[in-house]
Amino acid sequence: MRSCSVFALAMLLAGSALAQSPTYGVGRTPTDEEIRAWDIAISPTGEELPPGSGTVEEGSLVYRRQCAACHGVNGQGAGAPRLVKPNAAPDADPWSLGRILPIRAPYATGVWDYINRGMPLNREGSLSADQVYALTAYLLNLNEVIPEDAVMDAESLPKVQMPNRHNFADLPDWSRGMQRLPGYPH
Amino acid sequence: MGVKRPDRRRFLKGGAQVAGGLTLGAVQPAFGQTPENPTFIKGNEELVLYGERSPFVTSMRMAHPPGGRPSPDAYGLYFHIAAPLQDSVGTITPSSLHFVGTTRGGFIPEIDPREHRLMIHGMVDRPLTFSMDDLKRLPSVTRPHFIECAGNRSRPQYETVQETHGMTSCAEWTGVLLSVLLKEAGVKAGGTWIVAEGREEVKGASSIPMEKAMDDCIVAYAMNGEAVRPQQGFPLRLLVPGFEGIFNSKYLRRVKVVDRYYMTYNDYGHLNRRDDAEGAALGMLIGPKSVITFPSGGQQLLDRGSYEISGLAWSGGGAISKVEVSTDGGRRWVDAQIQGTAHRMAHTRFTYQWTWDGQETELLSRATDETGQIQPSRAQIAEYFNVAVGRVPGMDNSIQPWRIANDGSVHNAIV
Repeated sequence: MRSCSVFALAMLLAGSALAQSPTYGVGRTPTDEEIRAWDIAISPTGEELPPGSGTVEEGSLVYRRQCAACHGVNGQGAGAPRLVKPNAAPDADPWSLGRILPIRAPYATGVWDYINRGMPLNREGSLSADQVYALTAYLLNLNEVIPEDAVMDAESLPKVQMPNRHNFADLPDWSRGMQRLPGYPH
Repeated sequence: MGVKRPDRRRFLKGGAQVAGGLTLGAVQPAFGQTPENPTFIKGNEELVLYGERSPFVTSMRMAHPPGGRPSPDAYGLYFHIAAPLQDSVGTITPSSLHFVGTTRGGFIPEIDPREHRLMIHGMVDRPLTFSMDDLKRLPSVTRPHFIECAGNRSRPQYETVQETHGMTSCAEWTGVLLSVLLKEAGVKAGGTWIVAEGREEVKGASSIPMEKAMDDCIVAYAMNGEAVRPQQGFPLRLLVPGFEGIFNSKYLRRVKVVDRYYMTYNDYGHLNRRDDAEGAALGMLIGPKSVITFPSGGQQLLDRGSYEISGLAWSGGGAISKVEVSTDGGRRWVDAQIQGTAHRMAHTRFTYQWTWDGQETELLSRATDETGQIQPSRAQIAEYFNVAVGRVPGMDNSIQPWRIANDGSVHNAIV
């Protein structure tokens, strides 16, 4: 009896371990440093944000040197996408200001993320964390999202309330075999 | 890279000279063959190593949208190329003619596959890095799937099906199911989304629900029997069957398992406003959709008589279960013949043999998918949503009418 229950217990443990273990054993375990270097996706809560900080004034300087040639002085007037909201009434729906990164983005961490992963064109990855914080501060201030004396860092950036934060329609929860829109025959 | 690109112009010119020689009688037929015998395409190293189509076949892609901003633009922001569906046969789009959609990443990275790595990390038991060789050791799947750009919209000013519908294509994709890689890494409880990231210069990242990631997404290293083309994401592309084009991340280098919707730049850029939940729902999944590719806008019927109407149908909801055709502007619908097997989330070829009586008429097609969704007309959409005819919420899957004029010319008839 005893050996039987030990066997059953062993099977139980083996079964639960089996569900957790790799089937093929192919692939290599990356080092923590490798993961840190690659992991540039910044969540809405900013948990992946690196140390560093930047001010609006610092960002203005970085912008002039690194961004203005393509995006224009003060975020407009050149070929690359506009980065400053158009003139509008103070009570205008922020959605109506258009697809401008520092206004449309639902989270300020997303502004940081995009500058960090995609800019400047052909020199991506060349900005320091401090420079990205500073540029984010400058662009958010340019669009009247944060005050001129704000300092952006891993603590303050996720707390910034973006004007379009609650302006997005939810996506439906996907499930296999679902129709696109319940009740819609098409 | 030691092989030189063939010089097409010189090649054509050379062929013309040979042809000219024949008609002038400079080359005598040896065995009394007729002068109609073809000239020869001279064999060369390029044709031995990697074949070419006939110089008489001139089907080409085009920048999209026609008359729109330049593609690609100076900032690589906009690089859309439409497939010539008017010349399509069967269900597979040749890799050279497959549509290309690239927003915010219009430069094609040149990636050495020996150095390429895919990392799976985040909320997993064992982060893993795979080389291309590693991936090819794992169980593979080979499946036909379409990819369609969210901007594939018919507009009244467009003439041809390449303009109205050319931002969709279908290839046979080979790779490893993403679920295999995720199980190998072991998804932790609470891992409800993934963020898939490419290696191009903006490292485009898209959020995908875990349920979809575990269902049928493919980490593809091959299309149409050879390596994925650079414009399609060489060496690795994520296929997210049935979702709008932008989810199908090219140059895939990283899949991060996370516990929430990240709403990345790629994600929120195509999301709808709060008061447009219907548009959001109709923008994520594609179809059901179909279009007649022959006869289609810009083509010409030569004479009254018998013609095979031929077209493509597809849906993000699964397999196409039925395609109907109308040859009288929508008054009467008849079932078209589905050619071969209708695969899930794949272009499906339909045909219908029709006799044109020489009178003006309109040709339409209507697809139904396995979930029972039926392709709507623009009038039905307008009625359902109480909007002006022509406004189509979400992705445009409306019925495409082609008008056949008395002279046999074919025209876009949408309003």
